[in-house]
Amino acid sequence: MTTEIQGVKLDEAERSTPVLPRDISTDELVFNMGPQHPSTHGVLRVVMRTDGEVVLGCQPLIGNLHRCCEKILENLTYVQGLPYVDRMDYLAALNMEIGLVLAVERAAEIEVPKRAQYLRVIMCELNRVISHLFSAGQFGLDMGAFTPFLYMFREREEGISVINEVTGGRLLYHYIRYGGVTRDVSKDWLGKVLKFCDRVESHMDEYNNLLTYNHIFLKRSAGVALIDRETCLRFGVTGPVLRGAGVKRDMRKDMPYSSYEDFDFDLVTAPCDEGVVGDAWNRHRVRLLEILESIRIIRQAVEKLPDTEIAHKKVTRGWKAPPGEAYVASEAPRGEISCYFVSDGGKFPYRARMRGPSFYNISVITQTCRGLLIGDMIALLGSVDITLGEVDR
Amino acid sequence: MIALQTPVSHDIAVWVAGLLGMADNWLFHAIGMLVVASAVLILVVTPVGLGGVYLERKLAGRMQNRRGPNRVGPYGLLQTLADGVKLLAKEDIIRRGTDEVLFRLAPYVVFFTAFAGFVVLPFGPGLLAADLDVGIFFFLSMIGLETIGIVMAGWSSNNKWSLLGSMREVAQVISYELPLGIAAMCTVLAAGTMSIQGIVDYQEGGIFSWMILRNGYWAIVMVPCFLVFYVSALAAAKRAPFDLPEAESELVAGFHTEYSGMRFGMFFLPEYALMLSLSGITTALFLGGYHDPFGMSSVGGMFHGVWWWGVGWFFLKATFLFLSQIALRWTLPRLRIDQVMYLSYKVLLPISMVCLVVTALLRLIP
Repeated sequence: MTTEIQGVKLDEAERSTPVLPRDISTDELVFNMGPQHPSTHGVLRVVMRTDGEVVLGCQPLIGNLHRCCEKILENLTYVQGLPYVDRMDYLAALNMEIGLVLAVERAAEIEVPKRAQYLRVIMCELNRVISHLFSAGQFGLDMGAFTPFLYMFREREEGISVINEVTGGRLLYHYIRYGGVTRDVSKDWLGKVLKFCDRVESHMDEYNNLLTYNHIFLKRSAGVALIDRETCLRFGVTGPVLRGAGVKRDMRKDMPYSSYEDFDFDLVTAPCDEGVVGDAWNRHRVRLLEILESIRIIRQAVEKLPDTEIAHKKVTRGWKAPPGEAYVASEAPRGEISCYFVSDGGKFPYRARMRGPSFYNISVITQTCRGLLIGDMIALLGSVDITLGEVDR
Repeated sequence: MIALQTPVSHDIAVWVAGLLGMADNWLFHAIGMLVVASAVLILVVTPVGLGGVYLERKLAGRMQNRRGPNRVGPYGLLQTLADGVKLLAKEDIIRRGTDEVLFRLAPYVVFFTAFAGFVVLPFGPGLLAADLDVGIFFFLSMIGLETIGIVMAGWSSNNKWSLLGSMREVAQVISYELPLGIAAMCTVLAAGTMSIQGIVDYQEGGIFSWMILRNGYWAIVMVPCFLVFYVSALAAAKRAPFDLPEAESELVAGFHTEYSGMRFGMFFLPEYALMLSLSGITTALFLGGYHDPFGMSSVGGMFHGVWWWGVGWFFLKATFLFLSQIALRWTLPRLRIDQVMYLSYKVLLPISMVCLVVTALLRLIP
């Protein structure tokens, strides 16, 4: 039996099992969180059933930011379509680009020069750093700490400016193209990248003192909003959420692409120096540690950057991919972005199916939210860290 | 010079009554005193409240690598005023389904109660509106009354986030009134009077007469007492990390989600007024009120009864507490509702109880 509240069907069986033992009977409240709620990180709508402050169940309602990305890709030429994937995860646009580009390149068997591969790595890791800075700060903001958010934003702005210098964009870059990258970089710019890396690294203690190891922050996030290993695997959760649950899985290690095998870096899993594996705090900590690993990769890539061309051949307007198909998975900041690409030899891609990490990560909240307080619910949403542009695509 | 220990509103009322030839009319005198007291308070407290808002925004800006307001007026000083004008000019929206009477009434209740606390606050020698015998009770009851205004706002808004916010507010303020009241009772017990003026008088004569360091050894009980009072005051003023009733990342804007325009302003300004009055009362109870740490304002001292000396010291101490509240707000994350309750009932309340007993024992030592 289901009841329908505000257009949402809620399962009656789920409703009958109380989360807390009761001695008085109370009514349930149905909260409509979003799409304009400040903590839903965009236009997510979550309908929650609560008993006072205790969440009994919830259902995320997505689709407010649906932009037909995949359908548009099927109706545009290769060159025209590429900027659209930037808009999926707008906080990690370069990682979205590489997701599509890798699949097309594999299907069309395009060789990418080493320098372009390294530049892609540098750019993607820079983007990962600024995206993780944003996520970690945003999580702090959800916990009520405003200042760390702005401190992280300060470094994020710096990183954006560095990327801006080469790509010409601050949020959506359109830098990675089929067969290579658009613009080459100068020695001067590489120096700026290293300076940015030093700067983020030097501020890491500040973030940790102010936020990560803050007593109240620990109380709010350590041991809270547990997503265990099995749930993660069952729901196809990837990225820092999965690694926060202690699973070693990172596409950069498992299926190296774009010369990631050349670099020496560690796969970060739940450090667990506070809290338990799979809680909100460990997901947050994994993000901060991944920033340091990304910086390690950037340093190596800058040092080893080969002096070749940046694209063997230009993919121009009339380019047609030869018939074929390919599936390539790559690691975006929020998890595994992968693309299944099919070409029938025409001007347009026949199919470009994107698998976005946030879409799978958000599905886990229905399972995890039960019995949490509303404040913990915010911790759950903030630590899972979704981008609605990519959930809805 | 204003006569010592006579409320200033009394003097002004007597003066006005004398001018009008109505000096013997007790009714005129009583009403006049009320009018003068409220006028003085509104005129003094509102600019101080506006200054508090400015100070917070400027300080928050400095803490966050921003500049803070700097466009309107010199150093952005008129920014708060400009915001007030903006709020006045905004559309006043009352949603369908609200309980209109309560919805309209709630901001006034909050505004009134937040400002009423200043009535018993001695700003300087003789500078207080009314020296009530039960000054502390009056002050604490006004904080309690504010809750009613907030419940009215939350209930009448016909919005579940507002309702949840006001429920949190009630739970929080009721929990924290206990340690707040008991910590205040320690000072009452020490001074032997409930009049705030009386407690301030008791602390005359240098830093070792202040309640917090009285005779040196009183510090063992008064320092924890002061900390309990300070934390409880933070919670009563709904300041971070206890800003759960209006937790913007959880409850959108809590109890004032549905309020717009000047009605929102009527919730916004009292928050700062309450912060200031709580800082003031903490100063008066524990930090010697308007007395300076060198004993110059005590009887026979150089500045005995000099009002600007007293006001200066009072505002210095109160502003210090106010700034520390701001610094806390922009540093700490927010607690969860069960942790707020835990802190009140399992940490602060036992400490304050022990303090009360120890204070009573210390009173036995002459």
